[in-house]
Amino acid sequence: MKTAAAILIVLAALLPMPWLVRSDFWLNFAIMALYYGFLGQSWNILGGFGGQFSFGHAAFFGTGAYTSAVLQLRLGIDPWLCLVLAGVLGGAVGALVGALSFRYGLRGSYFALVTLAFAEVFRILADSVEFTGAGVGLQIPLKQTAANFQFPAKAGFYFVILALTALGLAVAWWLKHSRLGARMVAVRENEDAARALGVDVFRTKVIAIALSGALMGLGGTFYVQYFLYIDPTIAYGPAVSVSALLVPIVGGLGTVFGPLLGAFALQFVNQFAQVAMGDAIGLNLVLYGVILVLMIMYMPNGLFGLAHVSARRLVRRAG
Amino acid sequence: MMLDVQDVSRSFGGLRAVAHVTFGVAEGEIAALIGPNGAGKTTLFSLISGFLHPDSGRIRFDGRDITGLEAHAIAALGLVRTFQITQPFGHLTVCENIAVGAHLRLRSRNAALSHAARIAERVGLGNRLDQPADSLTVAGRKRLELARALATAPRMLLLDEVMAGLNPREIDEIVPIIRAIRDGGVTVLLTEHVMRAVMQLSDRALVLNDGQLIAERAPRDIAQDPRVIEAYLGAGAARRVLEEPAHA
Amino acid sequence: MTTIWMDQLSILLPAILNGVTTGAVYALVALGLTLIYGVLHIINFAHGSLLMVALYGVYFLYALVGIDPYLAFPIVVPAMFALGYGLQRYVIGRAGHGKDENIMLVTLGLSIIIENLALFFWTSNTRTINTSYGFSTVDFGVAFIAVPKVVAFVGAVVIAGLLWQFMQRTDLGKAIRALAKEPRGAQLVGISTAHVYAMSFGIGIACLGAAACLLLPTYYASPHIGQAFVLIAFTIVVLGGMGSFVGALLGGLIIGVTESLGGLFLGESLGKIGIFLIFIAVLLLRPTGLFGQRA
Repeated sequence: MKTAAAILIVLAALLPMPWLVRSDFWLNFAIMALYYGFLGQSWNILGGFGGQFSFGHAAFFGTGAYTSAVLQLRLGIDPWLCLVLAGVLGGAVGALVGALSFRYGLRGSYFALVTLAFAEVFRILADSVEFTGAGVGLQIPLKQTAANFQFPAKAGFYFVILALTALGLAVAWWLKHSRLGARMVAVRENEDAARALGVDVFRTKVIAIALSGALMGLGGTFYVQYFLYIDPTIAYGPAVSVSALLVPIVGGLGTVFGPLLGAFALQFVNQFAQVAMGDAIGLNLVLYGVILVLMIMYMPNGLFGLAHVSARRLVRRAG
Repeated sequence: MMLDVQDVSRSFGGLRAVAHVTFGVAEGEIAALIGPNGAGKTTLFSLISGFLHPDSGRIRFDGRDITGLEAHAIAALGLVRTFQITQPFGHLTVCENIAVGAHLRLRSRNAALSHAARIAERVGLGNRLDQPADSLTVAGRKRLELARALATAPRMLLLDEVMAGLNPREIDEIVPIIRAIRDGGVTVLLTEHVMRAVMQLSDRALVLNDGQLIAERAPRDIAQDPRVIEAYLGAGAARRVLEEPAHA
Repeated sequence: MTTIWMDQLSILLPAILNGVTTGAVYALVALGLTLIYGVLHIINFAHGSLLMVALYGVYFLYALVGIDPYLAFPIVVPAMFALGYGLQRYVIGRAGHGKDENIMLVTLGLSIIIENLALFFWTSNTRTINTSYGFSTVDFGVAFIAVPKVVAFVGAVVIAGLLWQFMQRTDLGKAIRALAKEPRGAQLVGISTAHVYAMSFGIGIACLGAAACLLLPTYYASPHIGQAFVLIAFTIVVLGGMGSFVGALLGGLIIGVTESLGGLFLGESLGKIGIFLIFIAVLLLRPTGLFGQRA
C-alpha cells in the first residue's frame, strides 16, 4: 500500500498549486507538465506495462480530439459529455488497431510500424475530409464557462488536468495490484510462458491498447478545450506520438510515477532550452531527440529506474 | 484415462515430426516419454498443450476433446506444460513469477501472491521469493518452471526435460518433489534424457523414435527392449548389446 | 468505344510511366533500407531524414558551388557513406544493447535530431533547383516524360545493378552476406562484425546519397520530407520482403505506380492513402512480403 499512500501524497501536494503559484506562466508550465505526464501515462500502459511499443499513439489522441471538436461544433453536444465519448472512441480505435495487429501476431518493430501507418492514414483522412475541417482544422468558439469546459482562469484547467493525472495514477496503481496488470506484465516478459500458464495473450494485449487509447482520447479532449483549436498535424502528427513515448522512457517505463517524473523533467529541460537557445524553431526538439538517444544508451530504465536501482543498492549495503 | 492421444501426426514441410502416435496416460500415473534427440518429444508436447496443432488425430484430456484448442485454453482446463529451455519472466521476482500461474484460479493479487509463496516452499524456492528470476541458477529456474505450473492447480503436468542441466545432487532433490506432486493428485507426463530419474519416478515409459512410438514398457524393461536399443545406438546394436556378456 | 479507351489510356499511361520512374528512385531508397534490415536486422527509422540530409547536400552543392546534381555523385555518395558508417559504429551500435526496441528508439531519436537540426539551420522553406534540362521531356509515343525522371529511372536501375554485383562478387559483399546469414560463424572466420555492420549501414545510407542526386531535379528539399519517405520506404521493403533486393525493386515500382494512380483518382492528399493501406494490409496479411524469407 506504499504506492497508494505515495499517490495520495503527490496529489495532495499538487492540489494547492494554483494558490501557491501566482504567475500564469508557471501555472501553464504545471498544466503542460501534467498534460504530458498524462499522455505519457497512457503510453506507459501499453508500452511500459504491456511491453508493446507504439510509434503512432497520435491515432488515439487525434481521435479523441476530433471527436470532442466535431461533436461540439457540428452537433452541439455538451463538452463534458464529449470528454467521455472521446475516451470511449479512443478506446474503440485502440481496440481496433490492437485486434488487427495482434491477431496477426505483430510485435516489436512491426507493431511500431503499423501504428505509425494507422496514425498517418488518420492524418490523411482528417486532412481530406470537410467533416473534420480538412487542412484548416477546427476552432472552438470562446465561451468561458465551467459548464462549457472552458475556464476564464487557468486554475480551472489545472484542476481538470490534475483530475486526469489522478485517473492515470489510479489506473497505473490498479495495474500493479490486479490480475490484469500481472498478466500484462507477464505477456511483456514472455508471451509463450504466459500462454502456458493460461493467459489469453491476445485478449490481454487488446485490453491494454484499448485502455491506453481511451486515456489518450481523454488527453485529446483536454488539448482541444485548452487550446480551442485542432488540425490534422496536431491531432495525428508525430509530435504527439513522440512526446507520449519520450515521457515514460525518461521517467521510467512500467512504473506508476515514471511518466509524471519524466514529464516534469522534460518540461524543465524545455524551459531551459527556450531560455538558453531562444525561440529557435526546432532546437528544443533536437534536445528531445538527444535526450531520447542518451536515455536509451545510458539509462534505459529511466530516471525512476535509476532511483530504484540506487535504493536497492543502498538496502543491500545496509542489510 | 486422463490423457488420450489418438493417431496424432504433424509434419513441417516435408519433415514428419510426429507420425501416428497413439497412447494414453492414466490418472495419477507418472509416465515418461523417452527417445533420442530429434525423436519428436518436444513437438509432441507442443501438440498436446496446444502450442502446435496436429495435422491429424485427436487428443482428449479428462474425457474432453482438446484438439485444436488454444494453448491458454488447454492450460485453463488443467493441462499445463513446462519448457525445456526455461522461460522465466526475467524482470519479475520469483514470487511474482509464480503468482502469474496462481492467477489462473485466483483473482485477488494478495491471494495469488500468498499462494505463490506457499508453492515456492514446496519446490524449495521459499528463501528466494524476492529475487529477480533471471538471477536464478539453472536448477533454480527449473524449480521456478515447476512452481509456476504447479500454481495453476493443474490436473496434469507435462514436464519437458525438467532435469536437463542439473547435477546429480540437484536431480536427487527434485525427484521427491515430483513424486510428491503426483501423490498430491496430479498426473505427470515427463520427457527426460536422465535415465536415473526415469527409472526412479515413472510407472511406465513410452519410447519415441523418428516421430513414432516404438515401445511402451515398464521402465526396467526398457533397457532390454531391442527396438529401444536400436533407436539409441543404431541398427545392429541390439544384437551386440543383448548377446554380449554384461560388463560391471 | 475505342476512343473512350484511348482517352483513358492517354491519362493512365503517363501516370503509370511517371509512377514507374518515381518508383525506381523509391526503390533505390528502399534498397538501402532493406540492406540495413537484412544484415543488421534493425528498422532504421532515421532513413527518411538521412535522405533529407542528402537532398540538402545535393541542393547546396548546386546552389552554392554550381555542381549539377548528376555530377555530385562522387561527393554526395561517399559523404553519405561516411555518415552512415559513423552513425552505426559510434551511436546506433553502442546504444542498442542488442535489443530490438532500443535500436528502434535510437533511430527514432536520431531522426528527430536530424530533422530538427535541418529545420533550425535551413528553415522550413522548400528548396528547389532549376536545371537546364529540368523541363525537357522525352517522347515515348504514348506519353511525354520529363528528362530528369527518365535519368532517375535509368540511374536507379544501374545503381541497383552495381550494388548487386558488389554484393555477389566482392569480398566485402560476401562478408556482408555471411554476416547477415550467420553472425557467429562470420565472427569465427575472422570477420570484424562491428566494422562490417558499419560498412553495411554505410552502404545503405550511400544509396540515399545516390537517390538524392537522382531525385532533386524533380523534387525538393525540406526538413519534414523525411517522415513521408520513411513510411514509403518501409512500405516498399515490407511489400517486397525484408532483406530482398528484387523485392525492393519490384515493391518500389508497385508503390510508385500506386502513388501516381492514387493521386490521379483521389487527388494529391487522399491519394497517398493507398500506400499506407497497402502497408497495413501487407503487414497484417503477408508480413514476409513478396520475396521475404521470414516475418
